[in-house]
Formats: sequence, C-alpha cells, structure tokens
Amino acid sequence: MAQRVGMEVSVAIGEIVKLANTDVVSAYPITPQTHIVEHLAELVADGELDAEYIPVESEHSAMSACLGSAATGARTFTATAGQGLELMHEVLYVASSMRLPIVMTVANRALSSPLSVWSDHSDAMACRDTGWIQIFVENGQEAVDNTLCAFRIAEDNNVLLPVMIHLDGFHVSHVIEPILLPEQSQVDAFLPKNNYPLPLDTDKPVAMGDFGPPVIYTEAKWAQEVNLRKSKETILKVWQEFGKSFSRYYKPVECYRCEDADTLLLTMGSYSETAMTTIDKMRGEGKKIGLIRIRLWRPFPFEEFRQAVKDIKTLIVLDRAISFGGPGGPVCSEIRSALYSQNNRPEIVSFIGGLGGRDITVAGFEEIINSGMEIAETGSDNEFEIFGVRE
Amino acid sequence: MQNYTIFVPRLLSKKEYFVSGHRACIGCGEALAVRLACKAMGQNVIVANATGCIEIIASQIPYTSWKVPWIHTLFENTAAVASGIESGLKAMARKGLKADKGTKAVAIAGDGGTVDIGLQALSGAMERGHNFLYMCFDNEAYMNTGIQRSSATPFGASTTTSPAGKVSIGQFSWKKDMPAIAVAHDIPYVATACPSYPFDLMEKVKKALSVKGPAYIHIFSVCPTGWSCPGDLTIRIGRLAVKTGIFPLYEVENGIYKMSIDFTELRPINDYMKLQGRFRHLTEDVINQIQNKVVEKYEELRRKSVISDAVESGE
Ligand SMILES: Cc1ncc(C[n+]2csc(CCOP(=O)(O)OP(=O)(O)O)c2C)c(N)n1
Ligand code: SF4
Ligand SMILES: [Mg+2]
Repeated sequence: MAQRVGMEVSVAIGEIVKLANTDVVSAYPITPQTHIVEHLAELVADGELDAEYIPVESEHSAMSACLGSAATGARTFTATAGQGLELMHEVLYVASSMRLPIVMTVANRALSSPLSVWSDHSDAMACRDTGWIQIFVENGQEAVDNTLCAFRIAEDNNVLLPVMIHLDGFHVSHVIEPILLPEQSQVDAFLPKNNYPLPLDTDKPVAMGDFGPPVIYTEAKWAQEVNLRKSKETILKVWQEFGKSFSRYYKPVECYRCEDADTLLLTMGSYSETAMTTIDKMRGEGKKIGLIRIRLWRPFPFEEFRQAVKDIKTLIVLDRAISFGGPGGPVCSEIRSALYSQNNRPEIVSFIGGLGGRDITVAGFEEIINSGMEIAETGSDNEFEIFGVRE
Repeated sequence: MQNYTIFVPRLLSKKEYFVSGHRACIGCGEALAVRLACKAMGQNVIVANATGCIEIIASQIPYTSWKVPWIHTLFENTAAVASGIESGLKAMARKGLKADKGTKAVAIAGDGGTVDIGLQALSGAMERGHNFLYMCFDNEAYMNTGIQRSSATPFGASTTTSPAGKVSIGQFSWKKDMPAIAVAHDIPYVATACPSYPFDLMEKVKKALSVKGPAYIHIFSVCPTGWSCPGDLTIRIGRLAVKTGIFPLYEVENGIYKMSIDFTELRPINDYMKLQGRFRHLTEDVINQIQNKVVEKYEELRRKSVISDAVESGE
C-alpha cells in the first residue's frame, strides 16, 4: 500500500508524470517551474522513465515540439510559468484547435515588468481564451492527483484537448508536503494507453492544420467550443472514477462551510488554505461566512457555480491578476457575467490582491471580508478594490 | 555530369506525393521544387510545413495536395514541430507502442520561415541532433504576404518593404548565408539545390534522408510573381543563378565541402538580373559591386571545396 512521503511538490509532479509512463517531455527552465523538469530530466537520465526528453531552446519550441509529439500519438508533457507561458501563447491556440492531448503544469507566476518570479494569476488568466482545459489546484496532493487525471481527460477520445494544471509558484511548487503517490499498478489500471485516433502515420496519411477560408472557419471554431463545453462531462466522470480508485474526490467548485452562509469569499489556488483559517475564525465569532473555490476554470462550471451561490447575499471575489483598464479582476468580471442573468443574485464585491507573491494573511482575509461586507451595504464607486497597496 | 546537363523525364518516378490542383502561380519554382523533393522522398516521411506560399497554396480546406502525412501549425516553429514528431516516433518505437517503420520527420519552410523568424527553432533542432531533414525553399522574400524583404533577399532587389526609390537602391543588406550557418552546427549533411537541376536536387534529398542526424538543404526557388519575371523562364533563371555563381550548387558532408558543379568561367550576373523586374532599377555601378561580391564569394567557396568532376564552361 502506498504511503504518504514528504517531498517537494515539483518532485512529486515529476514522479506522477513518470508513473503515467510519459513518452515525450519537452521543456525549458523557468522559475518556479524548473524543479519539475529538472526532476524529469533526472528520471530519464537514470533510466527510470523511458521517454524522449527534448531540452528545447525556448518555450515557444517547447510547446511546438509538444504539438509534433502529440500528433504522432505519443503521451506528451511539459511545464512552464509566467514569461514562458506568455512566449508559448501563440502555440497554445494551435494545441487546442488541433485537438492535441498535451498535459502541462503551470507554476503560476507574475509577469514582467518589474521582473517577478513570485506567484499570481496573471499568466494563467492571459490564456483563459486559448481553448485549453484549465484546472486550479490548492496543494501538492491535488496537483499530483489532477496531473494524473489530466492525462486521462486529455486523451479521452471524447475530449482530445490539452490540459493545464495551475499551481501557485513557490506557495505550492516549492513546498515540501506529505504526498501519497499511487502504485504503478494503480496508475496502469486507472490510465489506459494513449489511443490518439488520427495520428501522423504513413499507413494512413492525414493533413493536419490546413488553411481555413471564411466558409469553414466559424464551423471549426464552433466545433471547438462545443467540444470544450462538453468535456466537462468527461472531467466529472474521470474525477468520479479517480475518487473510486483513490478515495480522494474532486469537484469543479469546492465549498467550505457554505451551509447557511450569507456571505461567501471566492478564491482560486493556494490562498484558499489561508482563507479557510480565516473562515474558521470568523465562524467561531458567529459570522455566517463561507469560502468557495473554483477548481475547474475552463470549461467554466456555470451550473455548479450558480448552484453554490444561489442563496447568499454577498459574494466577495479575490482576483490575483488585473485586467488593466477593464472591469476589475478577470475572475470577478466572469463571475458577474455568469450571475447577471440570475433572478436572485448576490451583491458582488471585487478585490484584487496577492500580486507578485504578496502574501495575504489570516488577518488580511478578515479585512477583505469585513470591508467587502461593508461595501456590499454601502456600494462603491470603484470597479474593484485593491487590497494592501501602500499609498 | 548527367545530373547537371540533361533532363530526361522518363528517368523520373511517376509517383507523386505533392499532387496537382494546388493554387501556385504559373511558373512557380517553389511548387516545382517541392514536387521533385517529394518524388525523391517517397512515402515514408511525415512533413511539417511552415506558414508560407507552399502551405497556403496546397492545403485549403477541403483540399490538399499532400499524399504523405502532413502537419502545419505556425510560421516560425517548424523545426521544433519536427523535433517533436521525431521524438514521439522514437519513444513509441522504443517502448513497443508503435511499429518502427523508419519514418523520417521532414520540415519544410520558406526563406522567411527559416533565415528570419524560424532561425532559433532551427538552430535548436540542429544542435540537439534530431534525426530529421530540413528543407528551406528560398524564393528570396516573404512571398505569401506580398513580397516583403527577408534576410535572404539579395542586395539591391526591390521588394515591398525594401522598395527602390529616389534615395534607396532596394534591399540594403547582403543575403544571409544560411547554408554556412547550418554547417556551423556541425551537422552531417548540408547542401544547396535548385529545381532547374532536378536530378541533382533529388539525389541530394535522397542522400539527406539517408544520413543519421540533422540534414539541411537550401533550395533556390524562382518566384515569377515576386521577382517580376516571365513564368516560362523559371527553369532558365534557376540555371542562370547557378551559372553566374549567384547560387552555387554544393554539398557539405561531415564538414567537407564539395562543389556539385563547377564553372571554369562564370556568366556575368547581368544575364541573370536583366530578366527580372526586381533588379531593373539598378545602375551599372551597383551591378558591378554585386558582380565583385559574387565572384569573391564563389572563389571563397571554391577554395574550401573539393572540386567536382562536373566542370562546365559557363555558356
Ligand atoms: C508569427 C507570424 N508572423 C507573421 C506571419 C505572417 N506571415 C505568414 S507567411 C509569411 C511570409 C512567408 O515567407 P517565406 O517563409 O519566405 O515563405 P514564402 O511565402 O515566400 O514561400 C509571413 C510574414 C505569421 N503567419 N506568423
Ligand atoms: S508567389 Fe511565388 S512562390 Fe508563391 S506561389 Fe506564386 S510563384 Fe510560387
Ligand atoms: Mg520566401
């Protein structure tokens, strides 16, 4: 039986990629993702993982090599962060629109300038329209489990889409955590062989990535959209089966002490852990407060999300990215639009904080919640409130 | 000798892997070169194609000219895509997940996709030593987007972004020597070719496919549309590029240069240039300047080379 072992989360991700018997790893170093690909390089060098490791000369090429590899039907993995994800940007769209099942870990990192290696969600949010499945995890175990699920989801012939697993740089990637790694036999039972239906193969030549005139482009994009939305069914099914096999269950939206709450705080990623401590404290003081965390960011879980907030009065959303000159944080603006059509919608208050690795403490979350509740009563002239900025 | 002087169509395989029906301009040297290269490669290849004329003319949904597995993704990443294809096939064959058919990954791109925006990806793929063939079809500008200059555009040529004008002679820089850059990567095979010498081109493609490791072929592709020249002169202009020494044909095997065809006397470059509108504005002075440079480069190449037995007079 597998046992919990203390290890760095990046190393654990390397281990699960090995257990998934990945065929090709194409990667370029960037903090705070580097330990993942370093560990994979080590595993390949020691003959523990039988894979081709392509030490590419840039992230643009890392993702491009993933395109080629996945198109041959090989199981394909890469990892990146921040500037690296930005450099890949153009290639990300191709991966999803050509239905290539690539799995990528993103150690969320702030974007230059000023240069920051620390975490926020600017990089992740900049690719929310690229057509990838995006899953935000809170801790190392969740990262490991969802990386395994990601291969199964991506390669499912009803899906065939690339998947990003987002974990916060340093706050998750560099933490040493007790991790339960599955046995090889368990992984083999859970994850079938990659069976890409139309690979590049001389036995049956296909042309991929043709030139699409206006008469076909809309249909191609619509098919892609329908497919991404529909992938939720498979994601739910895979999480369900993962739960059955490993007794850890994942859902698109996670609720913490939401029962009878009239105010909810919404977060994504690792800061939810601190936020939960704050919720516990405020619950102890008799306040009806809970936390909601979105795990599945794309495809957005409209149904589950609307269900989770349907009876509350106030929803306070914390974003860790700015949509400059726009309606506030990207998460909050999507939440607002998801609820606009609903008859009973809560007051929504938008906060932006935790940029470039700035911590939000238990007291910090308390301040956000208290002033959020006040703003819900009094209203505010601001599109969003910036938390913790020094004037 | 026969590789350079005669063209006997019945010596060619009748099999086509890049078939007719595509939308290339009349007299397109690039489409011809691709067709010949495909004949030489045969069936056991997977082609990764960069954005550019060849991709645009031959892949409009729902048609394709490609009878081998083919993938186009972006403009500048083709060598990286080919790296991924090679690695995927290699890993799956080694692990017994797929039969090892010895299929070769082949990347093809224009000069822009090679010498400018795709140079980094190509350099990376050559340096890493992937077992693949890269072919650059050089028509000396970004033709697909309307004849803009690239760093492979020759000195003095007028393009839409290096137009000749009252105070401009057109392209202001000398053509980047891409084959030399490939050689500097210490790869086993580098060659230049031109579809006006079809047997030479096909033999080089076959040789390049048979080496283990990266191979690079730089293929001179006359573009009547971009060069303002008659479409029925494509073959002649290609031959003149070789005979004037503007585009010498040579191979570099494991670092050893060999002229594929050598000329005791080069034809004057004006024989080549006067047939093309892109050079029409050039004064005699500038043409002389170019002539000197061509001779200098040609002599430099000869000095480094084992001279071929295919020696011809320039006539
Ligand atoms: C990143 C990016 N920049 C610019 C373009 C526009 N573009 C497409 S093809 C092309 C020029 C192609 O030139 P070349 O590689 O020489 O091929 P040719 O068309 O001449 O055969 C350009 C500039 C693009 N598709 N992608
Ligand atoms: S523009 Fe030139 S290279 Fe492009 S199809 Fe026409 S002739 Fe061929
Ligand atoms: Mg060109």
